Amino acid sequence: MKFVDEFRDPDKARALIREIETLLPQIPRADERPLQIMEFCGGHTHTIFRYGLEQMLPGAIELVHGPGCPVCVLPMGRVDDCVALAERPEVIFTTFGDAMRVPGSKKSLLQAKAEGADVRMVYSPLDALALARANPDREVIFFALGFETTMPSTALTVLAAEREGIDNFSLFCNHITTVPTIKAILDSPDMQIDAFLAPGHVSMVVGEAPFRFVAEDYGKPIVVTGFEPLDILQSLWMVIRQLAEGRCEVENQYRRIVPPEGNSAGLEAVAKVFELREFFEWRGLGSIDHSGVRMREEYAHFDAERKFPVPSLKIADPRSCQCGEVLKGVIRPWECKVYGRQCTPQTPMGALMVSSEGACAAYYQYGRLAVEAQRGKTG
Amino acid sequence: MNGTITLAHGAGGRAMRELIDTLFVGGYGNDLLAALEDQARLELDALVARGDRLAFTTDSYVVDPLFFPGGDIGKLAITGTVNDLAVGGARPLYLSCGMILEEGLPLDTLRRVVASMKATAEEAGVQIVTGDTKVVHRGAADKLFINTAGIGVIPAGVDIRAARARPGDRILVNGWIGDHGAAIVDARGELALDNPVETDCQPLGGLVEAMLAACPDIHCLRDATRGGLAGVLNEFATASGSALHIDETALPIRDTVRGVCEILGLDPLYLANEGKLVAIVAPEDAEPVLEAMRAHPAGRDAAIIGEVTESPAGSVILHTGFGGERIVDLLVGEQLPRIC
Repeated sequence: MKFVDEFRDPDKARALIREIETLLPQIPRADERPLQIMEFCGGHTHTIFRYGLEQMLPGAIELVHGPGCPVCVLPMGRVDDCVALAERPEVIFTTFGDAMRVPGSKKSLLQAKAEGADVRMVYSPLDALALARANPDREVIFFALGFETTMPSTALTVLAAEREGIDNFSLFCNHITTVPTIKAILDSPDMQIDAFLAPGHVSMVVGEAPFRFVAEDYGKPIVVTGFEPLDILQSLWMVIRQLAEGRCEVENQYRRIVPPEGNSAGLEAVAKVFELREFFEWRGLGSIDHSGVRMREEYAHFDAERKFPVPSLKIADPRSCQCGEVLKGVIRPWECKVYGRQCTPQTPMGALMVSSEGACAAYYQYGRLAVEAQRGKTG
Repeated sequence: MNGTITLAHGAGGRAMRELIDTLFVGGYGNDLLAALEDQARLELDALVARGDRLAFTTDSYVVDPLFFPGGDIGKLAITGTVNDLAVGGARPLYLSCGMILEEGLPLDTLRRVVASMKATAEEAGVQIVTGDTKVVHRGAADKLFINTAGIGVIPAGVDIRAARARPGDRILVNGWIGDHGAAIVDARGELALDNPVETDCQPLGGLVEAMLAACPDIHCLRDATRGGLAGVLNEFATASGSALHIDETALPIRDTVRGVCEILGLDPLYLANEGKLVAIVAPEDAEPVLEAMRAHPAGRDAAIIGEVTESPAGSVILHTGFGGERIVDLLVGEQLPRIC
């Protein structure tokens, strides 16, 4: 298939892996411990597992699967708020598909739907706005979720609703931001990560500049990366080349999609509608300053949290969960005490078992071979 | 007889009689049904002449929308049950048909479904010999639900079981996978594709007969419906305790189906099919069976997609075109589109 198969060519993959193998011995201390490279984005994690990339890499490279899966890191209390909104009789609650399965403290949206709540899956916030137009006697709430990637489309939908004077549409806003989260990981004392792959679709919106601090302040190479398996291999080769040459800077592998300056129209809409929250609670990582956005006062009439009462209870992560340590690369998913025992994709306890993009779920679903290979390597 | 279904059509009176006579008996047209006894009566001698075991199965059909590119609920209700018989090696012979109609269903819709069932039954060489109709209040069912049960006869000597997969065996599929699942996604109007995908809904009795003629000792055979190819492969792996290795580059998947999956973040291995079967045969039988499949219209695009080994026991391993490997497990729940 055109524009897809070109990015999945096994010959090019083998060539890149050979290049990586040649570069590795030039990296200081590469023989002492594996190089840890974090892919921040859940989309990258998905590709890595879907194509079996991990077992193709030399043993000296360890991929750390970051927190960039917005579905996984949603705290249980927020899911409870979703359910409370969805269960209001006047509400049609609209959501992206994979958010429906995320467990709250009592139930998921899928369970609420089975019990009679009007929960509908949409592919875009504009679908939700169309539902609001078609159902003027109902309140249509869109479950706004995701990093900077999905923020512009949500913001533009709010602006469209404002223009059209639609008053039965609102957002339950759970958008989160990338940069403060990467910073929180870099600041944690047990962090050992050597380099980063930056999220391609987030970068398409925000551009390259927001990631400069990773290279300039923390001395870690970072490469903006696309989502096909060759994109990821090429980016790994790029960060390893930086490490081998003793450089550290922001490079852009995903130039076919990501302009260095980002998408100014999208950013403008985002700035118009949203402002930073003081802090936002993440599953697995706890509270991170400025890591979420909420709607500005001018758009309060589109904010479901201000329009309706929500319980907003903080539900602590189970104590036996080690998601935070997995996210920072301190332990591997299968080294967690509850992995595969109390915590499975059927009964997820921690953030990373929730969506197929979560590192633990991906290992559980696709990665048993990788686990066996890794166990072989280490002992 | 125009208009819509009302509760009277299920009340046992004149309206029901008229519906059965004109629509069903007239529609399905065979002597066994036309006798209008409370049960169909089947001659044992005729059955015994065809084999030494009866195969008996049932399935219910609740698809939404009722009509989709390349098929409809009626066609599905015949092929689904016929195929469940056929993949046991049975020659499908007789079906029952129970219908649950929602009050307000247009009679014309019902007529179209019955005509489709009749045509598909003829194609599959089976007769609908007994039936039942119920009408429920508006909202108590979604337009039309169908249940069909089927009887077939298994020829002596045929022993097809999921547990019979052996190391060395080859894995075959009879054509493009995922068409039905993609067609249903498309027909729900959520994508508006320029080149709509048609369902692969087709009866497989004739194909299985041709395969058995080429090789009576087929080890495993199942149709890959809900749960897709991945579902059936996992059933074989679990039942036989062996490992099934699949070569991604050998899988027949249409570009349009791949496209739908790329857009929505779905995996074609888990998409539903309604006319696809997976067979496992001894290595020396693989080529003759493949040839027999390709010579039949329902198997024109058949392919050998993989091989059985001993370990890792009970697993399905996909060898990706990219050069990696991954486990293909059962889905946890429904396949849901990914956020980004």
